[in-house]
Amino acid sequence: MIEAQQPADPGAPALEVRRLRKEYRRGVPVLRDLSITFANRGITAVIGPSGTGKSTLIRCINRLVEPTAGEILFHGQDIAKLRGRALREARRRIGMVFQEYNLVERLTVMENVLSGRLGYVPPVKAWLRKYPQADIDAAFELLDTVGLIEYANQRADALSGGQRQRVGIARAVMQQPELLLADEPTSSLDPKTSVEIMELMVSIAERRRIPVILNIHNVPLARRFATRIIGMSGGSIVYDGPTAGLSDERLKQIYGGEDWLE
Amino acid sequence: MTAATPARQPAFLPNWPARLAWLALAAYALYAASLLDVTWERFVLGIENAIKFIGRMVPPETDASKMQLMMRGLYETIEIAVISSALGILLSLPIGLLASRNLMPTWITWPMRLFIALCRSFHQVIVAIIFVKAVGFGALAGILALIVASIGFIAKLLAEAIEEISLKQVEAIRATGAPFMNVIIYGVMPQVLTRFVGFATYQFDSNLRNSTMVGIVGAGGIGGTMFAAFQKFDYDFLLTILLAIIALIMVSEALQNQIKRLYQ
Repeated sequence: MIEAQQPADPGAPALEVRRLRKEYRRGVPVLRDLSITFANRGITAVIGPSGTGKSTLIRCINRLVEPTAGEILFHGQDIAKLRGRALREARRRIGMVFQEYNLVERLTVMENVLSGRLGYVPPVKAWLRKYPQADIDAAFELLDTVGLIEYANQRADALSGGQRQRVGIARAVMQQPELLLADEPTSSLDPKTSVEIMELMVSIAERRRIPVILNIHNVPLARRFATRIIGMSGGSIVYDGPTAGLSDERLKQIYGGEDWLE
Repeated sequence: MTAATPARQPAFLPNWPARLAWLALAAYALYAASLLDVTWERFVLGIENAIKFIGRMVPPETDASKMQLMMRGLYETIEIAVISSALGILLSLPIGLLASRNLMPTWITWPMRLFIALCRSFHQVIVAIIFVKAVGFGALAGILALIVASIGFIAKLLAEAIEEISLKQVEAIRATGAPFMNVIIYGVMPQVLTRFVGFATYQFDSNLRNSTMVGIVGAGGIGGTMFAAFQKFDYDFLLTILLAIIALIMVSEALQNQIKRLYQ
């Protein structure tokens, strides 16, 4: 199996966000000059009420959303300034898992997993499905890991939600990413499947030694799986620390009110 | 019942503008019909003429030299339909893609949409007349005319289909760092492929029918033979040709169903 490429200095931070600002409408910031450093290991969960910019933060990191101002240093390289090929080359090093899986419905499971290699395979070869044998072997191995090897030739729209998210994870890991982003990966899933998906993601990330940044609505799930929690409210960070330090008092501060706490 | 029923709005509001529009349409249709001078006498005379005409058509011509003439026309018709469909489909792919407003900037979609609109502006026969003037009599003029028609239809519908795709799937492919062409091949085309095949087979059917017609203006195919038979009052040969065209369309229909089944 292909292992994730590790940067020269494992102690250096994987990602440094500096004064990141995003305004969809001029003068109405969704992210208010965030500065966060992410280590090269560990699971970071971003929690906070809806509309507080969690998704925008995740999407700014791989530039699916254009930041208004600030720096996003990924292993020292400022992603916010990249364009064209350089941006695509940075994107291939960052895997992403989506809330609604975002699989290409009409393609097979195998094609979806291999699409994680589309940053490397030229168009004609991709169109003719002429992937390097190493990629195909890696894809089968990953499908085995996520427990879907017998579904390889099924179309993605034939799968259940949990199965689709497994394919989504396999696609992201297929990139051999140095960072895994997950935008509400369990919000469309039932509680049991949510736990299974989190377990899968965490175990793959640990085995491949890649850091994970995910935003998540489910606080118990965040507590159970994350090593670090970032609490956001109104586009700013109101808590940043180890999971153990997240008290009810802090949660009240993040979400406001206390009736929902039991 | 409660004592004080609250003042209610009507459950269904009448749509007066639409009612007036329907009324106006009906009135105009009646007025236009009165202008056409359709009378019972004309109708009866018409039926008599039709019976005479059909009587002269049967039995259909089966003379070997005539059959040979017809087959030559039919082959040319099929040739026109296949070549114009193949090239039309191939050209429609990039044009439709460039015309889709959710993937392309305005300065590309605008001229592309204008071009598509131009292709759709005139009936195939009119386009065929222009090409007959440009490249001379024969199948080439018919092929060019039907390529224009194919682009007008397929590229327009393809652009519309692309504008309706799920951008989430496209976003996921972009997030892998895929270059633009890979995003198109994996994120866009799978989402529109079945519909594209539907448009393409429909246009092939349409081209086949239209390629029997462009011959009337000298752009090749069975149409020329058919028109000549008409003018020479060779009505039994005309019936043979009509039956052959019907058979051709039915074969094409069966073929289309097979193709669509391949791409579900």
